[in-house]
Amino acid sequence: MNKTMMKLVVGTEGMFFICLILSFVYMAFTAGFEPHQLQALDIKKTGIFTVVLIASSLTFWMGDRNYKKGNIQNLKIWLVVTILLGVIFLVGQGREYWRLINDHVTLGSSVFGTSFYTLTGFHGFHVFVGLIILCIILALAFLGDFNKGSSKIISTVGIYWHFVDAVWLVVFTVVYVLPHFTKI
Amino acid sequence: MSDSIYIPEPSKSFPSMSVTGDQGLLQWISTVDHKMIGIMYLLVALLFMLIGGVEALLMRIQLAVPLNHFLGPETYNQFFTMHGTTMIFLVAMPAVFGFAVYFTPLMIGANEMAFPRLNAFSLWMTLLGGMLLYFSFLAGGAPDAGWFNYAPLNEKNYSINSGIDYYCMGLLLAGIGSVTTSVNLIVTILHYRVKGMALNKLPLFVWMVFVNSFLLLAAFPALNAALSMLLLDRQFGAHFFNTTSGGSALLWQHLFWIFGHPEVYIVILPPFGILSEVFPVFSRKPIFGYSFVAASSVAIALLAFGVWAHHMFAVGMGNTVDAFFSASSMLIGIPTGVKVFNWIATMYGGKIKFTVSMMFAIAFLIEFTIGGLSGIAFAIVPIDWQLTDTYFVVAHLHYVFIGGTIFGILSGLFYWFPKMTGKFLSEKMGKWFFWLFVIGFNGTFLVQHILGLIGMPRRVYTYPNLPWYGALNMISTIGAFIMGGSILLLGYMIIKSLKNGKKAGNDPWDGFSLEWITTSPPSLKNFDEVPVVHGRRPLWDLKNPGNPDK
Repeated sequence: MNKTMMKLVVGTEGMFFICLILSFVYMAFTAGFEPHQLQALDIKKTGIFTVVLIASSLTFWMGDRNYKKGNIQNLKIWLVVTILLGVIFLVGQGREYWRLINDHVTLGSSVFGTSFYTLTGFHGFHVFVGLIILCIILALAFLGDFNKGSSKIISTVGIYWHFVDAVWLVVFTVVYVLPHFTKI
Repeated sequence: MSDSIYIPEPSKSFPSMSVTGDQGLLQWISTVDHKMIGIMYLLVALLFMLIGGVEALLMRIQLAVPLNHFLGPETYNQFFTMHGTTMIFLVAMPAVFGFAVYFTPLMIGANEMAFPRLNAFSLWMTLLGGMLLYFSFLAGGAPDAGWFNYAPLNEKNYSINSGIDYYCMGLLLAGIGSVTTSVNLIVTILHYRVKGMALNKLPLFVWMVFVNSFLLLAAFPALNAALSMLLLDRQFGAHFFNTTSGGSALLWQHLFWIFGHPEVYIVILPPFGILSEVFPVFSRKPIFGYSFVAASSVAIALLAFGVWAHHMFAVGMGNTVDAFFSASSMLIGIPTGVKVFNWIATMYGGKIKFTVSMMFAIAFLIEFTIGGLSGIAFAIVPIDWQLTDTYFVVAHLHYVFIGGTIFGILSGLFYWFPKMTGKFLSEKMGKWFFWLFVIGFNGTFLVQHILGLIGMPRRVYTYPNLPWYGALNMISTIGAFIMGGSILLLGYMIIKSLKNGKKAGNDPWDGFSLEWITTSPPSLKNFDEVPVVHGRRPLWDLKNPGNPDK
């Protein structure tokens, strides 16, 4: 039941991101858009942080597997690793923002800034919410909530966390990778 | 009953709940019971209908005679914006949700929604959104760019006061409420059905609510994205829709109508469901073509996402795009027509009982078809170019929203009021109400077709004294006041019935679906036990053991 609920939430969130991504693409083809700013993005460093975020999906999956085997100790360890990887990703995003802001690229500076910060910002916000949820689960794990019985909470949260990672793959492809192969 | 199953109260969803007697207002505010929440949704709809109705009547006073100065242009702009926004987001949707959360669990033999507290959250978010929207009047002026709020008029440099910020925040909150309700309804329908009720045996109202919830989950994100982007524009200087700094006004139109057209179906599908319950019960026959009624809803939901740009023919998108959306818009008329024929065929040969509920259902067939036909007319691009932004549009959309949604909701109100309260609404006064409402409604909007054809633009606060303009507008205003008066009569009827109405038994209409086996009104725990379902009319099977549905 909880999993059905989360799948529906993820579905509606998916539509939200489709709208944001299509808006980004739409804005990229308007006259005021500066394609050179898109190509100036740091694809290598962000690529590394992308790998970090994907790795966090794997570590979460490991945690879930251990939980299903009844190994609570390993669940806690994998949750901590997942949270750390998520935080590292957000730090990476902050770094990128910091560099752009120092170059005077802000939300209001140009059409590029508007569409870039909105799309990546909404994704970052979803990662942030995911981290809060993961912290709550971790706290519950330490309080002993998962010691007995088979709770569906972990696999339910997993649906959300994997979704956030999958969305980033699309966003990364659209914002960072494709502009290198197309002339706008 | 040997062939029935015990339905436990979902105690996990009610942590430490105990009700000892009547706790008055506190009980309403703190409730997580789907029936109380359903009634509160309906009350929210009624409250905002009175407000939105007063706005409409003030506009009609302004338009009654040419060159009138009753309302200034600024006030008039705020009123038509608030009237449209209110009626769609705070009347039609809460009314639809009210029936959906009240009757979905009852009709599938469940005791609660899947997530009762989430259900309460949704209601209060919707109300909060509405209150925030109306707070704009106190905060320097209501939004005034129309309910679809086109760019760049919605931007700070054209709408300097904070009305549109309240529009964004209010609709975002109400939208969150709608999305969470839809999630809740789908999970309830998937997991809480009584034994034997396969998805192809769902009562059609529940089936429509089910399809509708998916439609809503897919459509609302577009609105939420657009509103978020507009807020970023207005509050943080972003450039999405600001044409002076490189943004695109057209992007707003696309996003809004990708939401906006499915929204039209979101508020009509559940009333379709209500009719699919009312027609069989008052014709004493099973529905004609159950699978066609059910499947055509899915077709409508899918096609709804392929027609949005027919709101934008005047933009100049090019012939190919226009032709595509023209064709798809005509296509969506087909599944709707299928339903109309199914309902007519349900009545054919039946022993029709002309209750007020049935009268509204029959009137729906006529009024909604008028709205559907003018809609098909708009799908023809040259007609759209000629008539867009005239009173023909106003006439069309009111025939769909009132002739469709509101007639369906009123039919449902008269049908289910005995179940919700244990009392009948007076059938005698109900017939007066019906005729006043029908005459008032057609008086208001039928003439607006002509006004549009002779060229009167919508959303203009007054008009010159051209031939026929004054007379037709006066007829429209008189009609509006008849309709307003009939709503007052309805309010009086409801109060009178609650005080000393005729008592209704558990099953006053000799119904077919499970909500009629429990008491009227149902107790906090809906059912102790429910019969195993074998057919599409479980109650018919129970009452006619010798002649069950196949």
